[in-house]
Amino acid sequence: MSAPVVTRATRASRVAMVIAALAVIVLALAPWWAGRADLRLMGEIFLYLSLACLWNLMAGYAGLVSVGQQAFVGFGGYMLFALTIFGGLHPIVAILGSGVLAAMLSVPVAALIFRLKGAYFAIGTWVMAEVFRLTFAQVSALGGGSGTSLPVGVVKSLAASRSGREALSYWLALGAAITVITCVYLFLRSRRGLALTAIRDSEVAASGLGIDIWRTKLEVYVVTSAFTAIIGGLIFLQKLRISPDAAFSVNDWTAFVIFIVVIGGIGTLEGPIIGTLVFFLLRETLADFGTIYLMVLGAVAIVVMLKAPKGIWGLVRDRYDLELFPLSYRVRIKED
Amino acid sequence: MIEWVNAVVQGILLGGLYALFAAGLSLIFGVMRLVNIAHGDLIILAAYLGLSTTVMLGVHPFAALLVVMPAMAGIGYVLQRGLLNQTLGPDILPPLLVTFGLSVILQNALLEGYTADPQKLSAGSIETASLSVGGLSLGVLPLLTFGLAVAVIAGLQWIFYATALGRQFRAVSDNQDIAQLMGLNKAHVFGLAMALALAVTAIAGVMLGVRTSFDPSIGGGRLIFGFEAVIIGGLGNIWGTLAGGVILGVAQTIGAKIDPGWQVLAGHVAFLVVLAVRPNGLFPRVEH
Repeated sequence: MSAPVVTRATRASRVAMVIAALAVIVLALAPWWAGRADLRLMGEIFLYLSLACLWNLMAGYAGLVSVGQQAFVGFGGYMLFALTIFGGLHPIVAILGSGVLAAMLSVPVAALIFRLKGAYFAIGTWVMAEVFRLTFAQVSALGGGSGTSLPVGVVKSLAASRSGREALSYWLALGAAITVITCVYLFLRSRRGLALTAIRDSEVAASGLGIDIWRTKLEVYVVTSAFTAIIGGLIFLQKLRISPDAAFSVNDWTAFVIFIVVIGGIGTLEGPIIGTLVFFLLRETLADFGTIYLMVLGAVAIVVMLKAPKGIWGLVRDRYDLELFPLSYRVRIKED
Repeated sequence: MIEWVNAVVQGILLGGLYALFAAGLSLIFGVMRLVNIAHGDLIILAAYLGLSTTVMLGVHPFAALLVVMPAMAGIGYVLQRGLLNQTLGPDILPPLLVTFGLSVILQNALLEGYTADPQKLSAGSIETASLSVGGLSLGVLPLLTFGLAVAVIAGLQWIFYATALGRQFRAVSDNQDIAQLMGLNKAHVFGLAMALALAVTAIAGVMLGVRTSFDPSIGGGRLIFGFEAVIIGGLGNIWGTLAGGVILGVAQTIGAKIDPGWQVLAGHVAFLVVLAVRPNGLFPRVEH
């Protein structure tokens, strides 16, 4: 006799979790085995990975295709500077505070730009980011258009030695990436995540089942904005210098992130991870070519979007029925 | 007092340029529901094509339009049939991301070809010529730009409602599948619509290049101005787009009058106010 059972975890997902746990331990020890430049590069990779996971949650699951996430990256960066310089807060407290402020700010922002649909929503988010950029460029206490540096006292409050600061900033980036991935994963497995997945598949059917679409999207937008601001704070804690053009750069904080998600596989949790690795692989090998490298990146994203809209991970999943983060349910016939 | 009147009048004239940015955007959205993120970069491409034409042929920028307009129209047709038609469908993600990728490619290609140095199209004495009207000094160039914007929009209106091509545009816009059943090749009609939109973009690019200096990075900002004009005026209403451009222009010149740093910000704020008060724009199309 055989009875059908419903499972989420598979052998592949269990193996992946074990490997991921080991990888996290190895990565956490990186300050003892990696060089200074490598440590910095890995920190950057983790921050981009976080941004990609967040954008993927918004665009891939909630259907909120934003090209204006630089608004919150820059806001988080500037709040780190403002809260430490004028508020006298410890940088880590300031970064968490910037997340709270970004969440509060994102509600009125959403109330405005949610009036725009689809592609117009995308450009609306960009306008918002421009408003943020131009506003911060007017604040002369933060250096106006030319920007400002984090005072030495604030930097020293993180850790006394330079290597200590570098290790701390690396661990913060690693911690942020792990937190973001875990939160997105747990969210998607929860009841609300199920609602979100239903919206992704069909808005009409989802609303027929009693899901409040507007509210679900708002929740995603607010949470994403808060986390994006925190990541922004960490980015500029690494850079130690901020200016409106760097903080609100559409290329750095949105274009690259979109390419990462599209190439890796939008609407999957594995996609942004694969995409980040591919992006940095391309960047480290082609960076010397400058503009050519960016053109290649844009072309790769276009080709992926047209020929394999589910990205690299979508191809792998369709071919091998693999899922490293167990999100979907599977029915199996168990042999007695 | 006269200074404020002057700011408003200059703003209205500036609005003509923004309406030119917006007209192509509005046209392709109307025909195929495509929002082209690369629109601003295509405006800048047109400005650079204008620059190359004036330098190589030694002609006036306005004469260069005779080369740039057909060139941009050709680029538009090929782009639409070769790339953008494949992205159209119920899902909004492919057109958005493909045109976003296109924007990055164009920007960097222009950077590679023309460097990051600001360029300008030199139109000779017309740039500084002005008319004196009731104590106001009106530049001939802004007046000409505004007149061109009105002419372009009237022309588009005429094409849409009085020609066979316009009938095809309206047919595919209403229902692509039925238009196809009636014997229209929608891929070709979309190609023609993009060709027309980029011919208008050619005018916008050359007028931009004559008015101010430009470099490869400013496309995104021009897209945003055009987009704001479309939304302020109301989707689907091409005369509304002109009004939207004028409102945006006036908001900017008044903002600049108060503090030079506020020019662009004031335009964005005007846009957000309209979005808050009248989310469908000031002059939305009346559904018949």
